[in-house]
Amino acid sequence: MVQLDKVCVRYGHHLALAHVSGHFEAGSLTAVIGANGAGKSTLLKGLANLLTADGAQLSGAITVAAQAEAIAYLPQRVDIDRRFPMNVYDCVLSGRWQHTGPWRSLDAGARTRVAEALHTTGLEQLADQPLGSLSGGQLQRVLFARLLTQDAQLILLDEPFSAVDAETTQRLLIQIGHWHRQGRTVIAAVHDQTQVRQHFPRSLWLGSKVLAWGTTHEVLAHQGSHGA
Amino acid sequence: MNGLGTLGYAIFIDPFVEFAFMRRSLVATLALALGSAPLGVFLNLRRMGLMGDALSHAILPGVAAGFWVAGLSLWAMAFGGLLAGLLVTTLAAWLSRHTQQEQNTSLSAVYLSALALGVGMVSARGTPLDLLHILFGSALGVDKPGLLLVAGVASASVLLLAVLYRGLVLDTFDPLFMRVGHRSTGFGTARYPAVWQQAFLFLVVANLVVGFQALGTLMSVGLMMLPAAAARLWHATLPEQLVHAAAQAALSGFAGLLVSYHLGTASGPTIIACASLLYFGSVLLAPDSGISRGRLRGPTLASTIHS
Repeated sequence: MVQLDKVCVRYGHHLALAHVSGHFEAGSLTAVIGANGAGKSTLLKGLANLLTADGAQLSGAITVAAQAEAIAYLPQRVDIDRRFPMNVYDCVLSGRWQHTGPWRSLDAGARTRVAEALHTTGLEQLADQPLGSLSGGQLQRVLFARLLTQDAQLILLDEPFSAVDAETTQRLLIQIGHWHRQGRTVIAAVHDQTQVRQHFPRSLWLGSKVLAWGTTHEVLAHQGSHGA
Repeated sequence: MNGLGTLGYAIFIDPFVEFAFMRRSLVATLALALGSAPLGVFLNLRRMGLMGDALSHAILPGVAAGFWVAGLSLWAMAFGGLLAGLLVTTLAAWLSRHTQQEQNTSLSAVYLSALALGVGMVSARGTPLDLLHILFGSALGVDKPGLLLVAGVASASVLLLAVLYRGLVLDTFDPLFMRVGHRSTGFGTARYPAVWQQAFLFLVVANLVVGFQALGTLMSVGLMMLPAAAARLWHATLPEQLVHAAAQAALSGFAGLLVSYHLGTASGPTIIACASLLYFGSVLLAPDSGISRGRLRGPTLASTIHS
């Protein structure tokens, strides 16, 4: 699904990723682990193709298979204007952008998907509310619902659990399990080792370069033997 | 007809019935209002208010160049203004990509230089009256070709805005979301992430350029920004804000023309003064402004959400 070939990423003089090579297989579920500043966010941005907009210099090649079609990416921090005149429903519906583009009409499935996403995230009652009236946690759920609506084959999550309540974390973990069973490729930066052990079959341990990449069991054992 | 009715007719209707130049200027300002006020809503939402100012100033040297070549010829000045405006949007995009400087800083630099250059160029070759005409416009002097230009650009601008609408709204709301994707995944505009911004700025430039004849280069940005800022205080949905902004701009145009007719004031600044009055009225009365709720809100325009 995703092939990395000697990927190096620099921000000015800082080398964020060094010679990362390897691949994520289609249908795999991988946790990206490592200390702060290990390049986890940089890697996910690279996979989403957002590095050039970020002022980074990239060398090497990141190849994403065409069957990925749409890519869903949930950044660690979302900078949006809370007072933007848009309601919850339209925001969730905008997840269909990669399918409709600027001009095509919404296909029959779009509204069904939005309804499902609102149901999954428990936002049905808030569908008509403007975004400005939501709490921070509710807005987070809206963005997650938009992600669900994207129906992407490749899903990139940057620290999705770092600022949500326990209930949302549980829902998200269940959803990640669903995605995995549906054969989608999921790559998530995760801090909590227990979550990694319980929910992610594969892991990639980063420290600018690849320190270990394989089944979670192997990677965590390797990490343990290095006293990290 | 009773006395009050006659008086109302004499104040509000008669000037337009009696004089063709009043009718032309009315149609021109209404077209401008329709074309540019919705763009102002997007400029505000994109936090690019300063860009509107910068562009309105940047057009001036181009207009002046047209004036050098062909005197007070509408087409030459409009063409020059369009070229200068597009040059500055390209320059600003390039500067923000290749320098570490804040976009606002480089924009201020660009527009102050442009204003100085433009005023210098016009006053070197023309009379002070020419300069006044170019800076502040003369809505009452809009002739038939001028009217056709304004109406044509305003119509094209509204249509193009409709074509761009979905992409522009989403790009304004969350530009990062729009950029996700790879060539291999065939994802629409991820390859040209700047397309929405550039197409939008093109519309802004075109509207400012046709606005200069009626309102002047310094005033046409007012009809774009003031009603838009006011409309945002009244409504929670974007279509409502767009319609309200256009309506308020049209009202300012109508009222401004009448005031300038009856009191003999310059039309461009009078129209903008009316727009300002409506704006401050909105600040005091609108449901979403801090003052009318009896409390002042902090600068909570943007808030960052951590996920």
